[in-house]
Amino acid sequence: MSEALFEPIREHLAEVTLEAVVAHGALALLVEPAQVLEVVRSLKDSFGFDMFLDVTAVDWPERQPRFDVVWHFYSTQHFVRVRVKARVPLADPTVDTLVPLYGSAGYMERECHDMYGIVFRGNDDLRPILLYEGFEGHPLRKDYPKQKEQPLVPYLDAKP
Amino acid sequence: MSTQPVRQAPSGAFEYMTTKKDEFVGWARKFSLFPYPFVTACCAMEFMSVSSTLYDTDRFGAALPRFTPRQSDLLMVVGTVTHKQAPILKKVYEQMCEPKWVIAFGVCATSGGFYQNYAALPGIDKIIPVDLYIPGCPPRPEMVIDGIMKLQDRIARDRHPIINEKF
Repeated sequence: MSEALFEPIREHLAEVTLEAVVAHGALALLVEPAQVLEVVRSLKDSFGFDMFLDVTAVDWPERQPRFDVVWHFYSTQHFVRVRVKARVPLADPTVDTLVPLYGSAGYMERECHDMYGIVFRGNDDLRPILLYEGFEGHPLRKDYPKQKEQPLVPYLDAKP
Repeated sequence: MSTQPVRQAPSGAFEYMTTKKDEFVGWARKFSLFPYPFVTACCAMEFMSVSSTLYDTDRFGAALPRFTPRQSDLLMVVGTVTHKQAPILKKVYEQMCEPKWVIAFGVCATSGGFYQNYAALPGIDKIIPVDLYIPGCPPRPEMVIDGIMKLQDRIARDRHPIINEKF
């Protein structure tokens, strides 16, 4: 069922996808960071993926480029999901924002920026959403020390 | 409280009894707790259970929650407190008038529990003084009641400043 739906997508996007596999009932597309906006626009306009589910990242500390940025979209007509992945390096962890396509992407991008330091070019509101002003670093990166705390209230037993 | 009925009326009721002033005041104080529930996480379910009919903290005079810290004297911190939440907890604590007591309800409020990460405060005693810790994830209502009774014992033993030579 979903295979039949995915085939035209694969064909249509064959030129811009580096890899297209079906995993866990969802089509997973690996694309270049620069192509993300174009790919997602055609998923939305031509294939009915009208719902933005999530954007997150995966940190591969040993790999170059180090981060996967992962988006999920859902089609409320065909009841299927598609996953888009792009690899970005530590030196320039930048992808385009999807806010012009999906308004709900704004908050998710803020969270992803909090946790992994991914920069969404064009999203001009990347203030902390789950973290707080003054928090240094990105806690879901693998090199963030597990026990590191950044308290907002000085501890009672703190040494002066 | 050690009291002694000295004389009984023919009906069987006390006519008078003797006690000590500080014990009497302590007895009155310990059944007049006004909790402020600072409830942040899943321990809230257990808090609801312990405060409603089945376990009934009303029996200990600690039933009526005050939703402003200015009217309460028992701060019950129920659940995980994050670093982002910590300034709010500190402010609530500072708004409460003396005398005041703090219960850390559940293991997260006690020590951070299993949240040993960037987000969680490892125990509220890092930022405010705590009188009583009730561990457990979540604690059983019996443990909470035991904790409240231990706190009551302490309050009853405390000497209130009202008790001086003129009292």
